[in-house]
Amino acid sequence: MIRLHEVAKEYPRAGLALSHISFAVRKGEFVFLTGPSGSGKTTILKMLYMGERPSSGEVLVSGVSSRTAGGRQISQLRRRLGIVFQDFRLLEDRTAEANVRFALEVIGVPKSVIGAKVNRALTQVGLVSKATSYPRELSGGEQQRVAIARALVNDPFVLLADEPTGNLDERATRGVFQLLRDINASGTAVIMATHDLDLVRRSEYRTIELNHGRIVFDSAESAPSAQSAEGGGKAHMRTPTDW
Amino acid sequence: MLAIRETLTASRRAPLLSALGVVTIAFSLFAFGLFGLVAINIRTALEQVEQRVEVRGFLADGTAIESVSAAMKDIGEFPEVARVDYVSEEQALARARKEMGEFADVFEAGVLPASIEVHLRVGLRSPRVVKSVADRIRTYQFIDDVRYGEEWVEKLYRLRNIATIAGTGLGLAFATVAVIIIGATIRMAVLARAKEISIMRLVGATDMFVRLPFLIDGLVKGLLGGLLALLFTWFANRTINRYFLETVFFDPQLMFLGILAGALIGVLGSFVSVGRHLRSI
Ligand SMILES: Nc1ncnc2c1ncn2[C@@H]1O[C@H](COP(=O)(O)OP(=O)(O)O)[C@@H](O)[C@H]1O
Ligand SMILES: [Mg+2]
Repeated sequence: MIRLHEVAKEYPRAGLALSHISFAVRKGEFVFLTGPSGSGKTTILKMLYMGERPSSGEVLVSGVSSRTAGGRQISQLRRRLGIVFQDFRLLEDRTAEANVRFALEVIGVPKSVIGAKVNRALTQVGLVSKATSYPRELSGGEQQRVAIARALVNDPFVLLADEPTGNLDERATRGVFQLLRDINASGTAVIMATHDLDLVRRSEYRTIELNHGRIVFDSAESAPSAQSAEGGGKAHMRTPTDW
Repeated sequence: MLAIRETLTASRRAPLLSALGVVTIAFSLFAFGLFGLVAINIRTALEQVEQRVEVRGFLADGTAIESVSAAMKDIGEFPEVARVDYVSEEQALARARKEMGEFADVFEAGVLPASIEVHLRVGLRSPRVVKSVADRIRTYQFIDDVRYGEEWVEKLYRLRNIATIAGTGLGLAFATVAVIIIGATIRMAVLARAKEISIMRLVGATDMFVRLPFLIDGLVKGLLGGLLALLFTWFANRTINRYFLETVFFDPQLMFLGILAGALIGVLGSFVSVGRHLRSI
């Protein structure tokens, strides 16, 4: 479903951000991307939604190759991805409901089905009661739920989350993380970049740890026999090195 | 649809700059229009005077009338020639006296030579054709001298060329400025909507969808600019007509073409700018 092969990324003037990155993500898997700030987590996620292309190597997402994909193909791919950021990226001048709706309107989904889809997504994140609130009237956790609803509204096969709990307090973090687990349990793959070690330690999900742009640990590699198709399996996790 | 709803967002963010964009497009087309008007009217004038274009070959003294008629028959068969007339010495004198009025007495019989008048066919009266016919007539031995309105024909043509070059140059200069100004408006609008646009792209909106409102914005400005230019040109034409001389105006096809040119400038300005600034988001 997702495969990176010997990927390297060099930013102009900034040097090598990633090198020798190879891993695959299965359908329905939950994967943590961890590592200190600047280790390349965001860059990997960007390459998964083809916001950046590798300098060498190949990224394959649902049959779309970073080597050959054109603008149109990338747009089509993104309609099947959900993307969530640390800073929510909501439009301040629109209600929660309008923010979710926006994602459907701009890809030409027929008006007649938009309402039902938006409602279902808001139900899924438990925010139906806040549908008419503006982002500034919502807590951080609620804003992130709106962003997640927007990411889910088009039924993605994978949710890419870049430090989704980075701006949230302890309690909101737990809530949002539980929501991501629920989403994963219902069949959507989740790739979550985070440096919240507690979160990583307390769950049994696959963990890929980066340092200086290289994979220094992949729990699926260290215990290949434990890989399984349902929900990422029960790979034993080495405690990530403290940084 | 959304694209339509978002239309003119660029203009709403920067009304002054947008108005300036429209006016610059109008000036650009106005420059084209004015000089186009000059060119068209010169062409009309040329057509009118060309009706009278003739080549006159003066005959040497004592030319036998038989050789003249033979030559006239030859010349009459040139593909460019419509008609050949003979003007005797007496006729030339009478004509000159009539034209000169009170100075009629200065002419004495025998001063003006006999000549043949060669009239050219419509559409074959450009300076080049006229000259070539004149050159051929000159080859007859008994032809002393050949005259045609070379100076003023060429002058009119030159004037038309200058008008065309000046109009095109000035028009292009204004068009460039218009593209730049419209580009700047779009730039402001794109940056003001950077977040919205980046979300659109993340959720999979196509490039065309993102660009469309900006392109429509440019199109509307271009059309407005075109109409404004037409209005300017029309007023200019009317003023000239009223106070100076009678002129002809563009036909509807040319007017349509002018407005279309405005639309093109507007869309071009938007397209170039939106492409460049989307890449930076
Ligand atoms: N757009 C960019 N231009 C130049 N360098 C960049 C850019 N984005 C990231 N980098 C560099 O690439 C490296 C990895 O960054 P990033 O992927 O954001 O790491 P993380 O998300 O793990 O903090 C860092 O050294 C960062 O400075
Ligand atoms: Mg990051």
